Amino acid sequence: MTQEATSEALTAAPLLTPLVTTVIEPAHGWVPLKVRELWEYREVLYYLIWRDIKVKYRQTLIGATWAIIQPLMTMVVFSVFLGKLAKVPSDGVPYPLFAFAALVPWAFFANGLTQSASSLVASGHLITKVYFPRLLVPTARVLSGLPDIGLSFLVLLGLVAAYGRFELSLSLLWLPAMAALALLTAFGIGLWLSALNVQYRDIQHAVPFLVQIWLFATPIAYPSSLLAEPWRTIYGLNPMVGVVEGFRWALLGSGRPPGMPLVVSTAAALVLVVSGAFFFRRVERTFADVI
Amino acid sequence: MSDDIAVRVDNIGKQYRIGTRRAPGTVMMREVLTDLAAAPFRKLRALARRLAAGTETLPQPAGADHIWALRNVSFTVPRGQVIGIIGPNGAGKSTLLKVLSRITEPTEGRVEIHGRVGSLLEVGTGFHPELTGLENVFLSGALLGMRKVEIERNLDEIVAFSEIEKFIDTPVKHYSSGMYVRLAFSVAAHLEPEILIVDEVLAVGDVSFQRKCLNKMEDVHQHGRTILFVSHNMDAVTRLCERALLISHGGIQKDGPASDVASAYLLSTLKTDAIQEWPIAETAPGNAIARLRRVRVRDEAGATVENIDVRQPVGIEMVFDVLTPGRVMAPSVMLYARSGTCVFSAHDLDPEWRQRQRPAGSFTATAWIPGNLLAEGALLVSCGLGSIRPLEVHFFVREAVAFNVTDPGMGDSARGDWDGSIPGVVRPLLKWQTAYRPLSGGLIEGDA
Repeated sequence: MTQEATSEALTAAPLLTPLVTTVIEPAHGWVPLKVRELWEYREVLYYLIWRDIKVKYRQTLIGATWAIIQPLMTMVVFSVFLGKLAKVPSDGVPYPLFAFAALVPWAFFANGLTQSASSLVASGHLITKVYFPRLLVPTARVLSGLPDIGLSFLVLLGLVAAYGRFELSLSLLWLPAMAALALLTAFGIGLWLSALNVQYRDIQHAVPFLVQIWLFATPIAYPSSLLAEPWRTIYGLNPMVGVVEGFRWALLGSGRPPGMPLVVSTAAALVLVVSGAFFFRRVERTFADVI
Repeated sequence: MSDDIAVRVDNIGKQYRIGTRRAPGTVMMREVLTDLAAAPFRKLRALARRLAAGTETLPQPAGADHIWALRNVSFTVPRGQVIGIIGPNGAGKSTLLKVLSRITEPTEGRVEIHGRVGSLLEVGTGFHPELTGLENVFLSGALLGMRKVEIERNLDEIVAFSEIEKFIDTPVKHYSSGMYVRLAFSVAAHLEPEILIVDEVLAVGDVSFQRKCLNKMEDVHQHGRTILFVSHNMDAVTRLCERALLISHGGIQKDGPASDVASAYLLSTLKTDAIQEWPIAETAPGNAIARLRRVRVRDEAGATVENIDVRQPVGIEMVFDVLTPGRVMAPSVMLYARSGTCVFSAHDLDPEWRQRQRPAGSFTATAWIPGNLLAEGALLVSCGLGSIRPLEVHFFVREAVAFNVTDPGMGDSARGDWDGSIPGVVRPLLKWQTAYRPLSGGLIEGDA
């Protein structure tokens, strides 16, 4: 040990800790998540997120405005065709507000899901050339959507205020929790899809459909009050139901406060994340060979 | 934990499936579709067979298109050693580095690594074209294993080393390839891992920058770091590495001092030995007048040699049978450098047989090449036999034998005390003369 310490002092190596020993062996079946290693690589995660955010709106004219335009335009389309023409009920809230309060977390979720599903394949050049925990790739993609939801949330607040419905209340504290649930869900699905996409590129063709179907399976353009129990709780297996309802309730006071459906949603999201992470770790050893 | 071993590789193997390049054990839905549309894959199978034919020693799983890219590879690297890994393309060098870098998992075996590993498997790992040079320094640095504080501490030095300070805030997509390489390598050169794994990344960039990088790597070595270094540049391998591994067909063929392994490799790439024989007279090269029976490269003591010291004379010995007597004949040899350059062509001027008709029988003609004439490296020998009158070529065998000229660098060859590379296909030990006159009366033209 003393010898080691001297040699390290001579090399001025940054590590004063004893040498780490890495053992490389073929793994079989299910493997542990190695959460500690993920923590050790947190700076890589930070730079991956930082890169994704920096690159996202480079060489665009209006930059991050795109983060707002996407849900805003969808809201306009929904308001005109569904709100005005089809007269879809909106639980007593002005339809544009009703739709936009759901579209803000939805856009975050949908983008996070789409981006993370293609993240590994898009990072093929990294995966075949340098080691770092592969889990960081889809994680970074989902997290890099956070500034976007922040921006569009500000617009949402403005819209709420413009309709004169803004109320400062404790229920607002639920919003970050709801955003976190959307993030977890996107992450869980993203883990499954990104890992599957490495082997089956079919995934990247299927993702747009998945997002579209999911959009209609979530009460974004219509209120979930259209559904009766017990269907509504089963419906809550779709975690985005909990997110969207929670958003509306916290911000607009419409619908019911978080209850059983939210518990179901959270549990479903956690199942997705945990199963996704283990599946990911199981198949990641072949990524570099297959990608 | 052992104190003096940096890397211990124990019997590792890596199996790939040909065609899709994926590891075995994964069952795919696509298989079914593949079988349905098997026709386009037949080509791949043919390729697989061809590859397999070259690796007869490796067991092939029956009925599957599997190939062992690496098999039964074991070695240990003591801490602080610089070890070169050489071998032909597709030999498994890159696979080995990928296993050691934890990019891909071995199919069997075990590797133990003591210390932080930095891998340079490409130029500009993680570089994003839209990001500026500076931003990429941070991104690439982090991915290569540097901590943020380390990058910040070395930032000025990294930028200065790259020699592109002016463009550091320009997106790298606007960089020339040279600028890109400079920046990429200067990030890499400032890695401070205990173990550095480097793939053929020096093959790019201009010569002066390559030199700078090599010097920087030597620096790194002097700081006591262990380096595993894949290269096709034998000059760099012999200069930087104490030891080298020759890998081919997925296994270690030779392990020893870098210069020995490098010259063995150079010779093996020629696919030509130092001796070639034709035991059956009827099929030996030649015609009804004369046939070549044996060619070899020999030293003064008479031994067949693959490697010859640059200072020693080397003989090219041809044994041929004259079947029809009465011709005046001229054996000849031509030497080619690896680049294809003809070093020289010479024909036999032995006074005893120069104008004399040869009787039937076996002749042995040896051309002696003096020491201190050829440059280091591999040489290919072609040899032929012709009659002067009537003019006729009886045989001419291209690349009949090959040998390798080595220089142990004792200071008494034309290399002197210089240990870098020296261009040229010949390296004669010249006689140098110097005239000297003090500067008192002004410089006067020498009295040469």
